[in-house]
Amino acid sequence: MVTKGNASLETTQLARPIVDWGLAAKRIRRALRAAFWYAVLSFFAVVLAMPLAWLVSTSLKTGAQTFVMPPKWIPEPIVWDNYSAAFRAVPFHRYFWNTIQIVVFATLGTLVTASMAAFAFARLRFPGRSFLFGLVLSTIMLPNVITLIPTFIVFRALKWINTLLPLIVPSWLGGGAFNIFLIRQFFMTLPYDLDESARIDGASNFRIYSSILLPLSKPVVATVAIFSFIHHWNDFFLPLIYLQDTKKWTMAIGLQGFKDLYSTSWNLMMAASTAMILPLLVLFFLAQHYFVGGIHLTGIAGR
Amino acid sequence: MIASLYISFTKWEIVTPSVWVGLANYARLIRDDRFFLSLYNTAFYVFLGVPLHLFLALLAALAVNLDLRGIRIFRTLYYVPSITPAVANSILWLWIFHPQWGLANGLLQSVGLKGLYWLQDPKLAKPSFIIMSFWTIGGQMVILLAGLKGIPQSFYEAAQIDGANTRQRFWKITLPLLTPALFFNLIMAIIGAFQVFTQAYIMTEGGPNYATLFYVLYLYRMAFENFRMGYASAMAWVLFTIILLFTLLQFRISDRWVFYESSLRA
Repeated sequence: MVTKGNASLETTQLARPIVDWGLAAKRIRRALRAAFWYAVLSFFAVVLAMPLAWLVSTSLKTGAQTFVMPPKWIPEPIVWDNYSAAFRAVPFHRYFWNTIQIVVFATLGTLVTASMAAFAFARLRFPGRSFLFGLVLSTIMLPNVITLIPTFIVFRALKWINTLLPLIVPSWLGGGAFNIFLIRQFFMTLPYDLDESARIDGASNFRIYSSILLPLSKPVVATVAIFSFIHHWNDFFLPLIYLQDTKKWTMAIGLQGFKDLYSTSWNLMMAASTAMILPLLVLFFLAQHYFVGGIHLTGIAGR
Repeated sequence: MIASLYISFTKWEIVTPSVWVGLANYARLIRDDRFFLSLYNTAFYVFLGVPLHLFLALLAALAVNLDLRGIRIFRTLYYVPSITPAVANSILWLWIFHPQWGLANGLLQSVGLKGLYWLQDPKLAKPSFIIMSFWTIGGQMVILLAGLKGIPQSFYEAAQIDGANTRQRFWKITLPLLTPALFFNLIMAIIGAFQVFTQAYIMTEGGPNYATLFYVLYLYRMAFENFRMGYASAMAWVLFTIILLFTLLQFRISDRWVFYESSLRA
């Protein structure tokens, strides 16, 4: 940013004021503006953090403490035991293990197949490309439910009900139109010159995809990976339909089952919910710099 | 190329209805009051919720795009709620909206207002879900933020040299270049909102008095509780048609307001 504050230095030496009032005023204005924005940002941060704070606070209360009006923020005594009680009540460790399997394999499948498809749609010319892309887009718009019933019938025919396969395999078949569309949108913003110069140097399509576009899209790929992870971790609808056997339950279904059993023990329910949210937060903080940090969509070093 | 062939193949397999059901299901749909009620509930949620949601997400994205010290902390704070699992989230908000001991009424009473019956009040149940959805604007905010970050700084510098003020820079550079991200979010939000399910399934089970019987919830019950797969499939196709029409309309309009760099080169 080139500020105009130094303009006075370039005027004649004689006319230079001893104190540059213009510059001082500018600094004060800038400080005030920053203060104003901090106030706005902080207010909404508090509003958005409140539910989570209340979640954790409730999870550490005794049963009696949860039924106090107005609500108390700081539980006394702090009851860590709610967590172990919740975990004793239902086998969350098993749900956790089931969920991890789904998440890892499904996310992997999504990344590989979605980025390839996105490359094809963003860069390759082949007959019927726009028609196919239209098809893919229309699958975004397919209510899950429309595919659900036929796929349910297919998976039942394959005897995959009550296995984790129906929750993993679809990710290896394109990784979802959502992700294809997202990665393609980002590929579209990368200048064609990059491909063209690589092509002149004799690079194949796969080479352009893997050595040029993909590395430049690292933040996007990371974003999709995280979206995918979160999606599968949080997914409720599909496990609800495919996993009737409690041994196969995921965290999401396990939590719902827990709610059915302990619907008035708000402190235990909040403890279980916190336990499900926590791994996501850890993941997010580990991957954050990748993900929210400077995303150069253009591939041009602008900053 | 192979991947896209691959996809087209799988979608084919998926879209093909496995069982042919005659028009009888559709005829019955038209006479089903509850079907129309669920459609109304869903439309309410979409048309009120989505625009507000997107607008708030845009404001949030602009705010966390400011060049201030510690802005990352705000980004994180705004984003975190949107990654909470729908299940955990639903249980949490069920507790927040608890008419007797909930946080929402606690706050209302602390400023001297009367508590409300949020989810138990047929008039308030849907708005409650919309309020709850504001908590998770982070997901859209991140996509919009990525779009903002993707705008080359040189554009702004050039504009500044040409003497454009902040407002002009926003309207002439930021907004036009953000349109692809906005468009993406709008499409996804509408499609997502049409399929609202988990919150209603867990929190209200469609009540009170069917006020939160959303389309997909009704469909789910038809398919997996009453095992009326044919009827549910018909419902699914109706929903698909509605969503498709909407999205086509969006794309039609998008030519007028969405800006792609590659379209300059075509």
